[in-house]
Amino acid sequence: MQKVGIIGVGQSAFVRGYEGSIRELVFEGFSEAMRDAQLKPQDINASIICSAPEYDKQRTPAGLMAEYLELTPQPTFYIESVCSSSSMGVRVAYSMIQAGLHDIVAVIGFQKMSEISSAESQERMGRGADIMWESPFGTMMPAYYAMHARAHMNAYGTTEEDLALIRVKAASYGQINEKAVYRKGVTLEKALSSDPVSTPLKVFDCCANADGSSCIIVASEKTARKLSPKPVWILGLGAASAPINMAGRSTYTGLTCAREAAKQAYSMAGVTPKDIDVAEVHDCFTIAEMMGYEDLGFAEPGKGKELIRNKETYIGGKIPVNVDGGLLSKGHPIGATGGSQIRTITLQLRGEAGPMQVDGAKIGLVHNIGGVGIYGNVTILGRD
Amino acid sequence: MGFERFGTISFVSQAKVSKFVDYLEEGKVMGTRCKSCGKKYFPPRNDCAQCLSSDVEWFEIVGPGKLLTYSKLMYAPSGFEGDLPYRICVVEYPDGVKVFGRVSPAIPDDDLSIGMELVAVPTKLSGNKVAYEFKRP
Repeated sequence: MQKVGIIGVGQSAFVRGYEGSIRELVFEGFSEAMRDAQLKPQDINASIICSAPEYDKQRTPAGLMAEYLELTPQPTFYIESVCSSSSMGVRVAYSMIQAGLHDIVAVIGFQKMSEISSAESQERMGRGADIMWESPFGTMMPAYYAMHARAHMNAYGTTEEDLALIRVKAASYGQINEKAVYRKGVTLEKALSSDPVSTPLKVFDCCANADGSSCIIVASEKTARKLSPKPVWILGLGAASAPINMAGRSTYTGLTCAREAAKQAYSMAGVTPKDIDVAEVHDCFTIAEMMGYEDLGFAEPGKGKELIRNKETYIGGKIPVNVDGGLLSKGHPIGATGGSQIRTITLQLRGEAGPMQVDGAKIGLVHNIGGVGIYGNVTILGRD
Repeated sequence: MGFERFGTISFVSQAKVSKFVDYLEEGKVMGTRCKSCGKKYFPPRNDCAQCLSSDVEWFEIVGPGKLLTYSKLMYAPSGFEGDLPYRICVVEYPDGVKVFGRVSPAIPDDDLSIGMELVAVPTKLSGNKVAYEFKRP
């Protein structure tokens, strides 16, 4: 079977209160990726637009973006799996290219969260769970992940300090990522003394809402070899789902959708967790990264805390994770996040990650979760 | 109609299992069971996807169950600010049925611990609304 490659990556700066419209925001990520791939809009055979609805007023954003980016009359459509939308978009692009339907596909993710207030945003995100049986109790994303944190602490002795250490790491890399929304360092004391949001999670356990866009240009092997001096190959793709309602879950110490997606991606790529040189793990909350260590097999269940205590997920450690600041510091503009993670790993494998570079990285992994573990996407990338 | 009365804010007005709300009025927290395969569902469902059947019957959730996990919210989504602070949790019953809901304000924070026994009890809210919360057996 032929391979499918990534030949262009781009993202806007992730910011608070973007001073522009969603079409202008999307242009920023798209233009960077198109310059990277050295393509014109007419070279793109199809576009996939990815975001979560209800943050802006635009219905069917694919049509709007295709017009603004001059991607008509080629086919365009919308993919949504909340926070993992653009990873799912890359999965669909891969499928269309492998099927021979298209040769070059642009996967464009965006979110302008600042169109609404923070409380409204929490209400929207809370409705990314079961609106009939859970939302009437007043749920929100931090509370769902907080219940996982409580269960993880109870089962394995993970501490609030372990979670704070993950934030300290994220902040140390957010400072050197010029695209990150949060560019300040965070000390352990500062993280631990921040206000509780939903116990045991505190302000610094939570990622920053942000506005942003991302774009990944995916192409067939033949075209990628022709157009790109350093194509990055999609070696493995995993995708899975889990019950949306907490009452339907078999565990709260990990995300079964991530475990299943990881199994698929490792199998397809023919690699094991030990082969991964650098990873992007969906750290919408510190506990999400902790569970990710274990769900991806970087640590045994319950041993994730040893990785962060021993700084094994820093550059120079066994498995560097989120060395671009992660969602915690880089920011989490929902529909753009997966594309941003894939961009980070692509730059790492090309050796173009600047001060965040993991030397000699050959195989990288992206773990991107939608909702509180409703959707799990794991993507493994490699280079020649 | 009828389901708009469930919880502080309901986002659903019509459901074939709206009788759940009537049962809360009667003091019962109920789930459904597929008459064909016997599988128990909570939250209640009108349909069994395995049997492709909509022939279900109601059964009462009787406990006590055990607390699996919980969190205390210090911030709330729009419309729930007046309830703060409140605690949400998941409780597992001996028959394997799990129920998501709020912990009663009558239980102090310090008394909550994973594994403790709790029962789901119907409650009346302002504005003619009903819900359930977890109390000590």
